Amino acid sequence: MARVICLVAYHVFKESVRDKVLYNLVLFAVLMIGASYLIGQLTAGQDVKIIKDLGLAASSVFGLFIAVFIGVGLVWKEVDRRSVYNLLVKPITRSQFIIGKFLGLALTLLVNIAVMAAALYAVLGLMLWLQPGLAKASIEAPVMDPQLLMAFALLYVQLLVVTSVALFFSTFSGPMLSAAFTFGLYIVGHFNADLANFEAVVESQAAGWLGKALYYILPNLAPFDVKAAVVHGQAVSFSYVALTTGYGLLYAGAMVALAILVFSRRDFK
Amino acid sequence: MEALAARVRKGGDGALTLLAAAALLLGSALALQAYREARHPLPLASSDVLYFRGGAAVSRAALGFDAILADVYWIRAIQHFGGTRRAQESDKTYKLLYPLLDLTTTLDPHFNIAYRFGALFLSEPHPAGPGRADLAVSLLERGLAADPTRWQYAQDAGFVHYWFRQDYKAAAEWYFRASRIDGAPWWLHSMAASTLAEGGDRQSSRQMWRQLYETTEDTWVRNNAQLKLGQLDALDEIDALAAVVQRFAQTRGRPPGDWSELVALRWLTGIPLDPSGTPYELRPDTPGGVALSQKSSLHPLPPQFLKKAGPTT
Repeated sequence: MARVICLVAYHVFKESVRDKVLYNLVLFAVLMIGASYLIGQLTAGQDVKIIKDLGLAASSVFGLFIAVFIGVGLVWKEVDRRSVYNLLVKPITRSQFIIGKFLGLALTLLVNIAVMAAALYAVLGLMLWLQPGLAKASIEAPVMDPQLLMAFALLYVQLLVVTSVALFFSTFSGPMLSAAFTFGLYIVGHFNADLANFEAVVESQAAGWLGKALYYILPNLAPFDVKAAVVHGQAVSFSYVALTTGYGLLYAGAMVALAILVFSRRDFK
Repeated sequence: MEALAARVRKGGDGALTLLAAAALLLGSALALQAYREARHPLPLASSDVLYFRGGAAVSRAALGFDAILADVYWIRAIQHFGGTRRAQESDKTYKLLYPLLDLTTTLDPHFNIAYRFGALFLSEPHPAGPGRADLAVSLLERGLAADPTRWQYAQDAGFVHYWFRQDYKAAAEWYFRASRIDGAPWWLHSMAASTLAEGGDRQSSRQMWRQLYETTEDTWVRNNAQLKLGQLDALDEIDALAAVVQRFAQTRGRPPGDWSELVALRWLTGIPLDPSGTPYELRPDTPGGVALSQKSSLHPLPPQFLKKAGPTT
């Protein structure tokens, strides 16, 4: 079973490489190197902070676009090309197919995030090498701060949640609608805390409960964002990262399970 | 290029024609655009556009990209301050400076430098800045609310009161407040005491700038402190030169026409230069008869330390 899932995942990864998805890494590298040169002229000594902000924000944007635009096509493309018929007659179950698809994109995202993190450290290292005084000037956090990895780790888990949502929509909807739904949930996911306190601003108790229910059902994406805290050198505890990662993995698992459920009930005759 | 040429050859003449057509069309489009812009000039880009005014609303709409947006607004604040400061027009309002700093610090409440530089930018008297020390203090108070352990914000607020408002009582209160924050250096307490006792005198001001110069990690703050120390030295030198000029006026019944008269008398060893290396000027219309050149990088000198006596006779 694991071998089949790995095979599907490997093919998703291979396809994304073939589709030149990893080209975004070149764009990222150019952006970082260009910015590291330009930012110094504009920011009154805040180069390191801004490079870190830019690196994390760019990783987040690139990752989000990959998760959404590749994620929404994962299943839909197979159905549209009718290649799903060839696949399903082979010794592969629908759940293996969905899990493999999810893990394939997760691998693509992992490679992306890992290379982006390495590129950011390389640019920071280069800046430090060219301007040794930066080490003393960066009073909030070290230039090559290992805590940045925490931000990248949580960003990756957030992208897994987004991928699982995109995959879920991909099992029953076209790419345009799936992308719209996923982006919609991404936005809602950042405003989720408002739903938790909805009862405080509405008179109707039922509306308050509904808000609370939605708070738990919809993905809560804001806690994955520790970019600002890490850049300012504020401690992000291991327990916070562990709990948030746990939430993300469980939520993504739930969405993959729902995707399997929907896909299993689809009639391809 | 070789790969491209090979690909073009592979595609045959048709591909080459298409490539040439694309280049021709693009070139024509660019030429047409240049012609249109020559006949119908583009409206000048206004630097006054703020995009958003409500920091809290922008923060909510940022979807986790608050920090990078704060960076964008910080860069705009620097550009606005620097651009307005260098502009030639006399009516410099710096009207976007506070809104831009407000947006920056609302989006990123821990943006340390935005509070510290922002307060200095806001406090600078007109025309070098908007002269809004009140807004500078309120910005620093917001910084302290976001991060109550940052004694530097309280120190900066004391500094703004001391230097820009000459309110030595308020300055001393802020220095005391800063000294009570955990991790604050010992000298803040003595600075508070000396501010209260000798506020406004050059020696205590020099001590304050020297502390800032020696403790800051930031190049801009250090350069600014160095500039102010140079200005204080220049003020002392102007006083000494004014005494020489006064003696000359008393013995000759007229002020000296130029420095060479004093050099010839060996009262001076040469043409006196300010700490930036620019010669001082003999100006009978100024108190003491000696002034800093407007070409000096130290110009203008802090007004609170300038003598207000009438012109030399």
